[in-house]
Amino acid sequence: MERKTKINAENGKQELVITREFDLPVELLFKAYEEPEIVEQWMGTKVLKLENKRHGSYQFETSDPGGNVVFKANGTIHEFVRDQKITRTFEMENTPFAVQLEFLEFEKLTDDTSKLTMQIVYKSVELRDQTLKLPFAQGINWAHNRLQEIVNKLK
Amino acid sequence: MNLRRDVFQAIADPTRRAILLLVASQTMTAGAIASNFDTARPTVSKHLQILTECELLEQEQNGREVYYHINAKKMKEVADFIEPFRQMWDDRFNKLEAIMKNYKPEK
Repeated sequence: MERKTKINAENGKQELVITREFDLPVELLFKAYEEPEIVEQWMGTKVLKLENKRHGSYQFETSDPGGNVVFKANGTIHEFVRDQKITRTFEMENTPFAVQLEFLEFEKLTDDTSKLTMQIVYKSVELRDQTLKLPFAQGINWAHNRLQEIVNKLK
Repeated sequence: MNLRRDVFQAIADPTRRAILLLVASQTMTAGAIASNFDTARPTVSKHLQILTECELLEQEQNGREVYYHINAKKMKEVADFIEPFRQMWDDRFNKLEAIMKNYKPEK
């Protein structure tokens, strides 16, 4: 299996770098970050606000099928240069996680391919490691819940 | 939580990472490991103790010598820790790519 998305998280550092090459012209890659309707589709969250400009801000919100809000995030946009870069903060609301700083760089490789480099800076090494472990912990929770469901059915 | 037993704390130290790399290629005694470092022997012993406590290294008594070898299972566990995070982003980006491949700009 080809691993297109790479995570570089050096030990003891409070940052990580996500890189990914796309079979897309850089203009289309950037558009996926610019248009709220498209962001909603691939991020799987509702976009309440997305002001693509310096001093602009954004707000995401995700609800479960019952309509309960399960995820809220927001941030401020510091730099917005089309087809080149976005600098912004990202904060998950109502969580112990501190705000993080994100540097997104969009690069043209060929006419039909592009590369995204996302550098994320966390408040501390510990918070970075916790964030890295989050999907892992969720995976365990889901596995646990599934197990619980099966056990419940056995009763 | 005992931080010292946290594998991520364990591999955060450059000397301990160097020890892991060294022992990854062959089983070694504490003395042989220490001879690769300028650090004082007790310091290396302390590192070995931490790596053993969090199960990245395993000890084996052979006569008078204690040999250290890597615990591949635990090492894999550490590597896999990041995998779900990578997978999450990979899924998102795959989706992004698929959506944009079908994107028709409004004229």
